[in-house]
Amino acid sequence: MSAVVRLSDVHKRFGAVTVLNGVSFEVGRGEVAAVIGQSGSGKSTALRCIDALERIEQGTIEVCGHAVHDPKLDRRALRCDVGIVFQSYNLFPHLTAEQNIMLAPTCVKSLSKADARTLARDVLARVGLAEKADHYPEQLSGGQQQRVAIARSLAMQPKLMLFDEVTSALDPQLTGEVLKVMEDLARGGMTMILVTHEMSFARKVASKIIYMHKGTVWETGPGAIIDAPQTLELRKFVGGEM
Amino acid sequence: MSYQFDFLALLPYWREFALGVWLTLELSAIATVLGFVFGTLCAIGRSGGSPAVKWAIAAYVEVIRNTPLLVQIFLVYFGIATLGVHLSANFAAVAALVVNVTAYTCEIVRAGIESIHKAQLEAAECLGLSRAQTYWHVILRPAVERVYPALTSQYVLLMLASSITSQISAEELTAVANRIQSDTFRSFETYIVVGVLYILLSMVVRIGFGLFGLLVFVRRRKLGTSL
Amino acid sequence: MPTFTLVHLEYLSWAALWTIGLSVIAFIGGGILGFGVAMARIAPSRVLRTAAMVYIQLVQGTPLLILLFLIYFGVAILGFNQVPAILAASLGLTIYASGFLAEIWRGCIQSVPKTQWEAAECLALTRWQRMTRVILPQAIRIATPPTVGFMVQIVKNTSLASVVGFIELAQAGKIINTSIYEPFTIFVIVAIFYFLICFPLSTWSRSLERKLNVSGR
Repeated sequence: MSAVVRLSDVHKRFGAVTVLNGVSFEVGRGEVAAVIGQSGSGKSTALRCIDALERIEQGTIEVCGHAVHDPKLDRRALRCDVGIVFQSYNLFPHLTAEQNIMLAPTCVKSLSKADARTLARDVLARVGLAEKADHYPEQLSGGQQQRVAIARSLAMQPKLMLFDEVTSALDPQLTGEVLKVMEDLARGGMTMILVTHEMSFARKVASKIIYMHKGTVWETGPGAIIDAPQTLELRKFVGGEM
Repeated sequence: MSYQFDFLALLPYWREFALGVWLTLELSAIATVLGFVFGTLCAIGRSGGSPAVKWAIAAYVEVIRNTPLLVQIFLVYFGIATLGVHLSANFAAVAALVVNVTAYTCEIVRAGIESIHKAQLEAAECLGLSRAQTYWHVILRPAVERVYPALTSQYVLLMLASSITSQISAEELTAVANRIQSDTFRSFETYIVVGVLYILLSMVVRIGFGLFGLLVFVRRRKLGTSL
Repeated sequence: MPTFTLVHLEYLSWAALWTIGLSVIAFIGGGILGFGVAMARIAPSRVLRTAAMVYIQLVQGTPLLILLFLIYFGVAILGFNQVPAILAASLGLTIYASGFLAEIWRGCIQSVPKTQWEAAECLALTRWQRMTRVILPQAIRIATPPTVGFMVQIVKNTSLASVVGFIELAQAGKIINTSIYEPFTIFVIVAIFYFLICFPLSTWSRSLERKLNVSGR
């Protein structure tokens, strides 16, 4: 079976601190995996390792056929297949929403300006922001900025989308609009891995829950494990979050 | 391109090089101390004086910062001579450097003073400190501490710029070099040696300011914050 | 005894044009070289980074006067007997400006948040595309006020070009002074010329900085 993402025995240290201590999991095509756990459990680091933003010391990571652990990895080819959305949006402040989205398709995929613009309008419409194309990031609310950031990733037509605590910087009322976009994506069959604190969202949308604790995968299973945790730690964690 | 480098020809002149280094240090040290004192006074006047004082200081700073040091040196040296007062080249050099660096110090310290939060003043007032005490403890000391790195860079630049005073034959390293190269005809080698000496001097001055800062700013020393 | 006349003023005006011309050459030359050094200063290669750092330290640690002497006598050693003054002066000021502009620009480039690099990287942009399309447009905004401010330093420092035989404002003042000996008048007028060139630049730099602070980085 072809897993889109396969981590096995991944180790990552920052100086003397071991952040990932033998992490293994798989995510198949069309699956939506939610990585949950306390802060410091290594869940964001694991996500960043998948997109080769961190170098690992040990273990293997395969993503869409790329050997991410290999020092000879073609990073640009990997990034064409993987989209990532950050907690702090990281839109380019000197470009409008539309220009933010057009940048990579014109630079990387050599699309013409006109084609890129059509594409940008299309993805902006998908996140419900068609009318904000000409706005600069500072003119948009946090939720809108995050939706533009999602649209920017979508424009590259990735095979896998990563979401790193994308709603953590948002007010509760803005969280909903971003989650809805993600839910639509999931329904459309996108393979997704999301690091999140939104338990109810994870239970509703995720086909797989990965609970991380102390740098390892502590417990994993379908969305239902949130309601019926097998381990004491997950039970405690769920109890604290809900 | 068959030039034979001959640094050995300069060896007999090591005492003069050493003297030049010493004179440059002396010249810059005097200008730095005086420039710091006058510059700080100007900064105080610029931020808290009467409108006329403020305007006069601002005009002085602008004039100095928008004209070359070389022209300032000529004005002090030749210009004052025409008024009937004869200055030695070295005195004119120090005077011109002080006039110059005072203006830059004023700007830097003023920026430091303006960065002090108003709430600090109110707190000091509420504690019953006098105006002078407030100024010294709450404004000036923290302001100078904050801009100390900028002052350091400025005084390193001053040390390097003191080479320009060789143009009125003030005694310092560059003037010494000019003399040695005309004695030995080893111009290129002489200026390489002097260039290296200036680079070493700027390192020494930087380190000196670093150590002095540790001595003066106790909090930085205790917290280990870099200067 | 001859006195300061319109002829002298005209001579100084010509010299002022040379001052401006030399400043422009130094700024363009120093800008191109300095940009290269700034890029090397943040390059992935450690060797390049160190080389750029050493270059900056050397240029910033040597007085411009010594730099000009070194070029003047150094070029002669290379076998060119008579170096045109403008060449020696341009070369010296270019090297000087490059050392300072490289350091100013490195600071501005590095003040763009790291997350911007990361976001651009994750969109599969090449290093060059990240730099030109994402980082530099943001860095230029931050870099403009200090760069304009540094132009003032360049203009003032062209006054040292006289040591390699280049006739600009300060040197023209000296030449007039040897014939009429009215140093006070002459150098005050020379200073006014410099002020008229530099003050607008200073004011421009300050207003740019205010605008930048208001709009937030």
